[in-house]
Amino acid sequence: MNNNYDVIVVGAGHAGSEAALAAARMGSKTLLLTINLNSVAMMPCSPSIGGTAKGHLVREIDALGGEMGRVIDKTYIQSKMLNTRKGPAVHSLRAQADKNEYHIEMKRVIEETDGLYLKQTEVTDLMIEDGMVKGVKDNLNLTYSAKAVIICTGTYLGGKVFIGKNTFQSGPDGLKAATELSENLKEKGIYLRRFKTGTPARVNMRSLNKDQMLIQKGDETVVPFSFMSDDISKEQVPCWLTYTNNDTHELILNNLHETALFGGQIEGVGPRYCPSIEDKINRFSDKNRHQLFIEPEGNYTNEMYVQGMSTSLPLPLQEAFMQTIKGLENVEIMRPAYAIEYDCINPTKVRDTLEHKKISNLYFAGQTNGTSGYEEAAAQGLMAGANAHLKINGEEAFVLDRSEAYIGVLIDDLITKGTNEPYRMMSSRCEYRLVLRQDNADFRLTERAYKIGLATEERYQRMLDRKKAVDEEIERMKALMLKPDDINGFLENQESSTINSSKSLYDLLKRPELTYEIMSEVDTDRKPLSEDVIFQCENKIKYKGYIVKQLEQIKKFKKLEKRILPETINYTDIDGLRNEAKQKLEEIQPKSLGQASRISGVNPADINVLYIYIEKMKRQGELNE
Amino acid sequence: MEDTIVAISTPHGEGAIGIVRMSGSKAFDVIEKIFKPGSKTVDDYENRQLIYGHILDNNQVIDEVLVALMKAPKTYTTEDLVEINCHGGSVPIRRILDLILTFDVRMAEPGEFTKRAFLNGRLDLSQAESVMDMISAKTPKGFDVAYNQLEGYLSKKVKKIREDIVDLFSKIEVGIDYPEADIEDITHEEIKEVLEYNLEKVNHMIEGSETGKIIRNGLSTVIVGKPNVGKSSLLNALLKESKAIVTSIPGTTRDVIEEYININGIPLKIIDTAGIRETDNEIEKIGVKRSKVFFNKADLVILVLNNAEELSVEDREIISYIEDKKVIVVVNKTDLENKLDFDALEVLVKDKTILRTSVMNEHGIEAVENEIAKLVYHGEVKSKENDFITNVRHIAALKKAKESIQAAINATDSAIGYDFIEVDIKDAYDYLGEITGETLGEDVIDKIFSKFCLGK
Repeated sequence: MNNNYDVIVVGAGHAGSEAALAAARMGSKTLLLTINLNSVAMMPCSPSIGGTAKGHLVREIDALGGEMGRVIDKTYIQSKMLNTRKGPAVHSLRAQADKNEYHIEMKRVIEETDGLYLKQTEVTDLMIEDGMVKGVKDNLNLTYSAKAVIICTGTYLGGKVFIGKNTFQSGPDGLKAATELSENLKEKGIYLRRFKTGTPARVNMRSLNKDQMLIQKGDETVVPFSFMSDDISKEQVPCWLTYTNNDTHELILNNLHETALFGGQIEGVGPRYCPSIEDKINRFSDKNRHQLFIEPEGNYTNEMYVQGMSTSLPLPLQEAFMQTIKGLENVEIMRPAYAIEYDCINPTKVRDTLEHKKISNLYFAGQTNGTSGYEEAAAQGLMAGANAHLKINGEEAFVLDRSEAYIGVLIDDLITKGTNEPYRMMSSRCEYRLVLRQDNADFRLTERAYKIGLATEERYQRMLDRKKAVDEEIERMKALMLKPDDINGFLENQESSTINSSKSLYDLLKRPELTYEIMSEVDTDRKPLSEDVIFQCENKIKYKGYIVKQLEQIKKFKKLEKRILPETINYTDIDGLRNEAKQKLEEIQPKSLGQASRISGVNPADINVLYIYIEKMKRQGELNE
Repeated sequence: MEDTIVAISTPHGEGAIGIVRMSGSKAFDVIEKIFKPGSKTVDDYENRQLIYGHILDNNQVIDEVLVALMKAPKTYTTEDLVEINCHGGSVPIRRILDLILTFDVRMAEPGEFTKRAFLNGRLDLSQAESVMDMISAKTPKGFDVAYNQLEGYLSKKVKKIREDIVDLFSKIEVGIDYPEADIEDITHEEIKEVLEYNLEKVNHMIEGSETGKIIRNGLSTVIVGKPNVGKSSLLNALLKESKAIVTSIPGTTRDVIEEYININGIPLKIIDTAGIRETDNEIEKIGVKRSKVFFNKADLVILVLNNAEELSVEDREIISYIEDKKVIVVVNKTDLENKLDFDALEVLVKDKTILRTSVMNEHGIEAVENEIAKLVYHGEVKSKENDFITNVRHIAALKKAKESIQAAINATDSAIGYDFIEVDIKDAYDYLGEITGETLGEDVIDKIFSKFCLGK
């Protein structure tokens, strides 16, 4: 048995799958290990991929050559573009998967990737020599050696499930927890902490009174996630909307003592943005209803996911409170809601490549870094996989900054600010949204991924073709001059002011009341173009002024990112830094002044001190060793 | 570790008390060597307690003093700090300073205590700049304004606006991040309302800045009129009133003297055209042509006319030059028989104020002073409210913030998406942050280096 690999990935969830695929596609001999082959890319909670900000992540993963976008395009059962009324930067795509198909499709892609080996075993220990990882050991006492190891253990690591007052060691959805690995990581000096998350019950579709609920349909025109997908339209399944009421709230409030959460048995920190129904009722007592969406888990099952109703109440009470809700009067639970507590690291302990700061060639990605969500996990997995491959081949690291990608924001937030709760990507965390749109992820990222061997030639060509189509159409519109005599009648009809001298189609499109579609009446020679190319062109013309302003903001941001803080800097020696700042700077070891300014506990005065310190050093020539 | 510095912290000249301030790691060592407390030893006293005793040089008493010891880091400079309250007057204070300088302590550069306070993170940028403004303030009023900024008055105002903006962001963002949640989106009108409220605040600060600039740099004033109307006498009378000639430096143009005088707390930089040499040419005599240059530069023109003469061609010509200036028309020599046609003058000068004086008899001077103050404060004297921004960098940042807020407000009038409006709001947020130093930019740092001479 040849057990030597370039890269080993521990865990085959969303982070692990992308990590292994990235490393293997770039040319590393890669081993992907999972406790159970039936749980590859499993979706143990929501059936949705994407949503606000997360949709951007999926687009970026895809633009970089990742798999998530393609798999969801093949396995979706309902799709929606959210926020369409709020401007192109925050349009967010969300699709619901047939969970089982999603798992099967991802597993198939992994199995068919050259140089990628998928195996079932439980990793129990790491092999570390002289501060560098050398491989892993499993529960059969076998060793697998590698030049780099990526830990993507998710909620399996030290997993503990709570349903009412019952608790037991378990990974997600009844799978085995990885307990031995937890102990051994701690022994290796890797500090672990407890986070918590939860999932609502799955109910039987046949027990629902659908006519009592509001039907929620998918979009008629489906925009794919992947830049590689073309038309993916198909018959979609609906979801259902209903609300809690006073009876629900009363029942829950009277039984709070029955939950492990309120009983204080759970030490882990849960996410504020994804509260249990107990939390919602308790914290927002002025709200007299909370909404819930009932979403199908797949085409070949009657299991329905009850979005918004995560709880750690005992099973009988779960069913009882749901039965107070309109449409759920006869509801029958198939899988109970549960809370799960697990071990994760503090992400400030990893670099911007996701490599551990103290143990070389050991990478962490996904929930193990304190995040929540399939998309956040996949994004980190991809970046860790690519960087592990680059590092062991002596190549330059692949890092995206906050002005280049949501992925950059995600990783910078994690390593700079850390997180006290499972971190979720949100639009509001991103400063340069107008430039980092979901529709231009390929223009931003594909070339860079292509250059490091992460994106394929085919993907790169597709991006170039799309770009060419947009550029050509823009040029055509600039060149097409419309004469007053030919167009003033049309403009009057559109309640747009008339023109005295010829104007280009490009200039006319700057007017808010005129769209590309409306202009077809006077632009008769146009070639048929895809919706997507038209969308790009319109954005470029209509919002040019704003985009220019944002690019200016990015320029300012980059200046501070380029003020490098040398690794040799000794913060405790700098007079004027407050003690808290010294401590934080020592801990995080920021790469640049810009990153330092984002550390919580480092205030503007500290940054001024630091700025002056490095400037003085520079002027004294001490940095030019 | 920084070396230890010392300076006399009170103004030069006679005074009841004087303060010698010393900051740095050796401050406590030095004071122990030269100071003998009344009873106990220095160690027996608590931090920040005033200790009575004597300063000794070789057992010889130099002065009877009160000493305050302030332990790092909770001091102005965040270093060990000693303040010696001694008797005023230049002799004792100078002797104490000389004594301290015999130890390993050096004389502080101007503003160096502040520089340390800033570099050590004790003051934010706008506060540090204010101290520098205080040091270079030309009038007590200018000092007050700078002091208010040191107290964080400006920072507080700006921070409040920034808080409002953050709050606005969160309201916009919640709708973006939770499109399907059961919450109402903020409307364009609601966004506009918040922006307009804060735009008004910014405008108010910018308006105050014009006055602030005057308070800091002086109101540049030209006194014009034909020879022998009493220009010099008026100037002398104003000078006499003010008693506080801050400085008297030759102007950039030959023959022109710039005097700083202080009227009701307002510094006037008087460009004294009386210094222009008289020639045979009648027009030149009045100095109209040459004075024209000064008219253009002047914030305020004081036109002096002779009550005992009719309005001449030259008078009319001067009046035509100063039409759109802030002008006080002073008709002097009211002690003599009136020949000047006031009705005609009123028509000529339109809405400008006409005052009557007899400088020789010290009559009407106060009215001139009051009118100057009134003009500076745009007619509403706000002497209590120190809402004046004096720093050029702050004013520039405020103006940029204003533009961005205005752009955002304009955007709310169209149906444009929130993400676009937010671009301008973020710009405004960042510009305001430049004032407090919370937004870090290259230009801010350049400023720091130019103000505090850090380059080596």
